[in-house]
Amino acid sequence: MIGVSILIFGLMMTFSPERRAAAFVTTPQMAKDIPMLIKKYGFDKPFYVQYFTWIKEVSHLNLGYSLVASRSVFDAFLYYFPITLELNLFASPCIILFGIWMGTIAGIKPNSFFDHFSRIFSIIGWSLPTFLFALVLMMIFYGYFPWFPPGVLSDKLTMFVMNSNDFIRYTHLYTIDGILNGRLDITLNALKYLALPVLTETIVICALLMRVMRSGMLEEMSKDYIITAMAKGADKKTIYLKHARRNALIPVITIAGQLIASLMEGSIAVEIIFNRQGIGWWLASSATQLDMPVLMSMCLVMAVVFVLSNLFVDLIYAYIDPRIRLS
Amino acid sequence: MLENHPKLKEIRFTLYRIFKNPTAFMGFALLLVFTFIAVFAPKIAPPKNLSNPYMIPHHGYSVTPKAPSEKHIFGTTTGQYDIFYGIVWGTRTAFRIGIFVISIALLIGVSIGTIAGYYGGIIDEIIMRLVDVVFAIPFLVLAMAIVVAFGRGLDNIMYAIAAVAWRNYVRVIRSGILTLRDQDFIQAAKIMGVSDIKIMIRHIIPNAVFPVMVIAFMECGSVVLTAAFMSFLGLGAPKGYADWGQMVAMARNYIVGPPGDPLKFWYTIIIPGTAIILFVLAWNLIGDALRDAFDPKLRRQ
Repeated sequence: MIGVSILIFGLMMTFSPERRAAAFVTTPQMAKDIPMLIKKYGFDKPFYVQYFTWIKEVSHLNLGYSLVASRSVFDAFLYYFPITLELNLFASPCIILFGIWMGTIAGIKPNSFFDHFSRIFSIIGWSLPTFLFALVLMMIFYGYFPWFPPGVLSDKLTMFVMNSNDFIRYTHLYTIDGILNGRLDITLNALKYLALPVLTETIVICALLMRVMRSGMLEEMSKDYIITAMAKGADKKTIYLKHARRNALIPVITIAGQLIASLMEGSIAVEIIFNRQGIGWWLASSATQLDMPVLMSMCLVMAVVFVLSNLFVDLIYAYIDPRIRLS
Repeated sequence: MLENHPKLKEIRFTLYRIFKNPTAFMGFALLLVFTFIAVFAPKIAPPKNLSNPYMIPHHGYSVTPKAPSEKHIFGTTTGQYDIFYGIVWGTRTAFRIGIFVISIALLIGVSIGTIAGYYGGIIDEIIMRLVDVVFAIPFLVLAMAIVVAFGRGLDNIMYAIAAVAWRNYVRVIRSGILTLRDQDFIQAAKIMGVSDIKIMIRHIIPNAVFPVMVIAFMECGSVVLTAAFMSFLGLGAPKGYADWGQMVAMARNYIVGPPGDPLKFWYTIIIPGTAIILFVLAWNLIGDALRDAFDPKLRRQ
């Protein structure tokens, strides 16, 4: 029953943003007042007709043309996606592990030194503009110490990857392709370029996770079953990590959707500053060059991703917490 | 007699809770400094161009930033714009963005949330699905899309952020109202024939608005952050306008100095950047303390 209701709800959510976006997509063209174009695409038809035409186009993955990428939005998406995926593939484990770790310790000993430290850390992470933090990091680790230059891969290796016939780009992720082709130097080089972007995202985003984890941990620690376990003299470590943390993780899962959204927002700033040509970079360039179809289709894609991740979260939730499944 | 009125006692306890927290004190102090700067901006940095004081004056057109000197105590950024002047008048811009956006968002969010919570049923269902839809798209992406749709400019940035930010308040105020709606005093007012609008404005909103105000305080910082980032991208004010995000953007090409002296132009980034961070930090510290003080679970610990 729950599964069905979630599915219907999820479908409804994917449906409505499209309607919203459809209204936007048509306006610039209508404003341009090119009668031929209007006739061709049926923009003079009533709203609902346009909407269904648009839906038909979208379902055929025809999302419009991106001026910035000078190719269709769908192709451009496939072109830019691996860079962003690679960044977030490395950033999200760092964020999750670090956030949960800090949150757990802060929750076990509230008002300890570490708790205050993590509190200040999270408020600063919350207040820190991603773009500024990235700029300062680059100032230090690229300007002062020339260790971590911006970009994706060094020029020499980029040329090699582009021109070599032997190097097969299985996944288009440089780190993984490097391993698959037995070229560890490419993997290491790509990791070097990833270090600062991942660090930026981790520091800025893990604040949210930390707070939720801490409050979840605090709540669990004051519950009766923990006190019972303490009273019978169970191992402290077992109580903290096995009993309390596992229960405290449940509310954390619910913010997964929010985390994905903030990862996306984070990668806009990070990719702009570190000159990594991924989805975020594309979005920001499209915004500055008023490339409307890109922004609209990205809104749509994001909404779909968000809904799918929420659906996924709900399913996982039921799996992890049997109380929900049974109720 | 009046001294021991429970309401007064409660307010006193709340204030005590807020100011016992050293971080809140720091937040208020920071905010006070910023308010002072914003109010006395014409005194601290007298504008040269009286008709448009928000434009930063510039001496010359040289692109290379100049280090802090007696004439320009924070130095000049590219195009010889005075950084000190930009910071002082940028404070006004930041306050304007924060207060304007939050008030518009509050107005929309509270009124929609109140209608949804008070009437319930099909109206509630429709409104909440609409909110779900707005929630499905990341804040920044949606705001950027709206700015692009309506054209660049600082004002449009403010409208766009307000058009997205209201979603945060609807759910909070609605859940507050759901518990209020069936209470006796509301029923009594209804029986006495008070109109729905009057009930909402006089009886429901004052009782449910508090948690929303706390969130609004916390959001103020993130609103300024988002606006700064969009200015940084170049979606905001024209060049030379006193806006911190734009000042960082102007300095972007100077993060790495000439060979041999890589940190030469540090002031072009660090000074406007510090202003942004401190401003946002002030709001966040206060918001954090307010939340702790009003959270019934944490309040009496």
